[in-house]
Amino acid sequence: MENEESITDRQVSRRAILGAGAAAGLVTMMPTEGYAAGFSKAANVKGTISALFMKQAGYSDTDVAKMTADFKKVYPNVTVKTEFVAYEALHDKIVTSALAHTYDVVLIDVIWPAEFGSKKMVVDITNRWPASWTNDMLGGAVATAVYNKHYYGIPWILDTKYFFYNTEHMAKAKVDEASLDTWDGVMKAASAIKKAGLVKYPLAWSWTQSESMLCDYMQLLGAFGGQFLDASGKPAFNKGGGVQALEFMRKSIVDGLTDPVSTATAAEDDVRKMFSAGQISMGLNWTYMWAMANDPKQSKVAGKMKVLQTPAGPGGKRPGINGSMALSMSSGTKNPEAAWAYMSFLTSQKEQNAVAMDSLPVWKSSYTDPVVVKTSPAVVAQAKKELNDMILRPQVTKYNAMSLVIQAEVSKALIGQKTPQKALDDAATKAAAVLNA
Amino acid sequence: MIEEKRNVLERFKSSGRFRGEGILAFALILPSLLVVGWIILYPILRTFWMSFFDIESPLPGSYPFVGLHNYFAAFKSSDFRMVTEHSLYFTFVSTFFELTLGILIALLLNSPLKFRGFWRSIVVIPWALPTIVNGALWKWIYNGNYGVLNELLHVFHLGGQGHNWLGSPFEALNMVIIADIWKNTSLVVFFILAGLQTIPSDLYEAAKVDGSTPIKSFWNITIPLLVPSIMVVVILRTIDAFKVFDIIYIMTKGGPASGTQTISFYTYQQTFSNEYFGYGSALAYLIVIFTLVIAWFYIKLLRQGTLEGVS
Amino acid sequence: MKPSRAYTIFIHVAAVLMGVVILGPFLWLFISSISPAKELISVPFHWFPSHPTISRFKDIFLQSANGENVSANFRVSMVNSFIVATGTTFISILVGSLGAYAFARLKFRFRRTMLFGFLSVYMLPPIVLVIPLYLIIANMGLLDTKLGLIITYCSLITPFTLWTMSNYFRTLPADLEEAARVDGCSRLGAFFRIVIPLSKPGLFASALFAFLLAWDEFLFALIFTSTTNSKTIPVAIAEFAGKYSSDYGLVCAGGVLAALPPVILALIFQKNIVGGLTAGSVKG
Repeated sequence: MENEESITDRQVSRRAILGAGAAAGLVTMMPTEGYAAGFSKAANVKGTISALFMKQAGYSDTDVAKMTADFKKVYPNVTVKTEFVAYEALHDKIVTSALAHTYDVVLIDVIWPAEFGSKKMVVDITNRWPASWTNDMLGGAVATAVYNKHYYGIPWILDTKYFFYNTEHMAKAKVDEASLDTWDGVMKAASAIKKAGLVKYPLAWSWTQSESMLCDYMQLLGAFGGQFLDASGKPAFNKGGGVQALEFMRKSIVDGLTDPVSTATAAEDDVRKMFSAGQISMGLNWTYMWAMANDPKQSKVAGKMKVLQTPAGPGGKRPGINGSMALSMSSGTKNPEAAWAYMSFLTSQKEQNAVAMDSLPVWKSSYTDPVVVKTSPAVVAQAKKELNDMILRPQVTKYNAMSLVIQAEVSKALIGQKTPQKALDDAATKAAAVLNA
Repeated sequence: MIEEKRNVLERFKSSGRFRGEGILAFALILPSLLVVGWIILYPILRTFWMSFFDIESPLPGSYPFVGLHNYFAAFKSSDFRMVTEHSLYFTFVSTFFELTLGILIALLLNSPLKFRGFWRSIVVIPWALPTIVNGALWKWIYNGNYGVLNELLHVFHLGGQGHNWLGSPFEALNMVIIADIWKNTSLVVFFILAGLQTIPSDLYEAAKVDGSTPIKSFWNITIPLLVPSIMVVVILRTIDAFKVFDIIYIMTKGGPASGTQTISFYTYQQTFSNEYFGYGSALAYLIVIFTLVIAWFYIKLLRQGTLEGVS
Repeated sequence: MKPSRAYTIFIHVAAVLMGVVILGPFLWLFISSISPAKELISVPFHWFPSHPTISRFKDIFLQSANGENVSANFRVSMVNSFIVATGTTFISILVGSLGAYAFARLKFRFRRTMLFGFLSVYMLPPIVLVIPLYLIIANMGLLDTKLGLIITYCSLITPFTLWTMSNYFRTLPADLEEAARVDGCSRLGAFFRIVIPLSKPGLFASALFAFLLAWDEFLFALIFTSTTNSKTIPVAIAEFAGKYSSDYGLVCAGGVLAALPPVILALIFQKNIVGGLTAGSVKG
């Protein structure tokens, strides 16, 4: 790849563009892969496309606007309309708009390629996928848009849940920060903090009945050595590590270490806010939390926090949940060339590196790139470890239906309506019914 | 003079100038038919058609015809039974309290209060608050950590801090119902007030002369005469309660432990999240049927077919 | 006869209690909207912010709307909501009144069946309609437009205005129109010259209902809109109360503003609600 020198190139070229819009700068910005090898070819791509994104703190509306402006400089004849909806509305928006061909490019979550791909709602882009990408991207990223060995999108957002903790609380409760390397240590630390009376509940999670709860569960399932589906595709989370993970979650509530608000309405952003207010001492969250919780303007714990790779379970395993997202081409697009140009531009390493502060790139070499590392050294150091080992939610066409029945049962176990084993057995029966239907 | 006109009118009515009303009626209704019909009719029929197929994608294609299978599947599903129970509970409890409180408040606003206009204006406010804002507001009030409800109870020594009002399934459903009651009781008040104003006051005078107490008069005069208003408002509220979606979407998303999943929210999830379009269409029609059955039940119960022009 | 003193005290205490229960949550919405984000989640609890701020309102009104600014987007959404609700109200009242008059005064076949048909549209859960309707709106090129929403809302709200107006017309004595007609007025002439002027309370009340229904609508707006071009205020608020962003203060500030137009309208026309809307629906 072209990382080291091209980054400096980019710096120069961006300045040139900002200054005079010099065509020379534009050329150096072009991705060098074969699919769009020159400026003249870029000028041939014409038309108007519209793209659907989500509102988030990672790649924010502003970041997308900036990337789109860069795109416009390289592809002057393509007009891009961007639209943003909440994550909760994203899937349903893609579904309702499919027949009307509203969007050319859509952002899809890692759990949707099977559904959208098998129903031909997004285009199979396997023949456009350069072989080099498979090596140049991190494995977890590549897996984002794969279903049945076909590619249904270009990975764009690479994310997993990291472990954040309040260093001040640890010091006051005399907890050795090294002990936070395992979940066992985390629970001991939580007890110590509670005993020291620093906070009422040292932990909070995104355990409202939703996909975010399942993300936390899956990450723990991985740590406890569980399996979600077995090799034949049948639910296996009701055995071994899967059950231990849920027992662990429930126990943390019973022991008074997890704020019970977690199971009521709390999602990721509630965890961030409680952490930022110094009200909890530890929590799992996506990358975006680092910048916000470390910002003195909106956080009381800025400068008093650290981020770690997700803690290990009893067997030493510690995969992070794969929470990545990809840009896909909507099957209704009438302008696949422009759509492809836009997708591949936004996912290109240069564009991603430029906003690495908000969301880490999908490209391997970016993580050794000093410019990227400099944006947030603390996160990048942990990301290098955690992104190598990620747990993928099953790529099945009925993922959503399966997830909904599991969420309901896990929720019952967390509030104590059922034992973890019973809840997961029921969930397995229902999930199997969904998968076989 | 007036008598004379009446006579002319009688002759006039039989004279034939009233014929051809059908055409005029059609002409007057046509705009409504156009506005409502052309955009509603196709979706209604299309959804009905879809409910007999096993459709799992929004894209056109050939999908297997399954007859009534989607309807049977709903009745066999334990989830469907659960969400129906939640919806029925939501509907009956919210309607019951809205009606009771609504009648009490209407009586209060009909009594010789000072600044009656002021009190009546206050009642309008919750009704005018958009449902989404209402949901967000109550979610914030109920918040376990920063919510004002916990603090209020704490100040009055009525409860411990940090209680999660939306933390357990049944409690959460009731708390959502309270938010709904807070907003929608106003509507009942308007209807009942209007009904109260049509009751002639000499009825009460006469009852008093006969030795009736105010409470007796309330049961013997007010309530029977309010039955038509009650029925209209109960049917309206039932229809709305069965459709309830927004407040669940904003407050709980159906959790915890699916405790606040209502039939409309479940239908939405099955249709859009799971892409079970055939099943979702069948569910939607079941909602319509349930609503009609409940409306019919009320009409029977109140034994007065006075839903204007319908029954 | 004067009511007893105890009774007078009782009803006033009850009224005050009612006022507190109704205004309390509303007041909390307002207080939260002027509390700085840090104070909203501070322990111990703040009943009133020690540093009240109107910065959120300032942001909403003064920041430039470039599509990326949440605060300014609230403002744009308010304008969208206002246009959509006003347009819907106007059309549905105009169209609904004409039809309502036919149902109230004319005799024709299938009258009841038709009225019931209109009413049952109101009973339909939006979920029945949303996907096919999406396709219709998309084919007309009206996705993500205010016009698309107006058309959709009109078709849902017209049955309601038709019903309420028809009820109101029935409460008016028929003699007046008939007298006018004897004097040579046509049916329509009598409708416009006699019935409409007499129906102002009913019209205001129905219009208020139509406006509130349109202002409140969520599901269709959620599915049909996607940019600030047409997003209405409930969608903007729901979006901001989503997974990755939930500054409750800003949600509350948006809520206060979203509540203002309907609350003000409802207060202005408060007297008509009781007299105009419902009188008809309960009388034969």
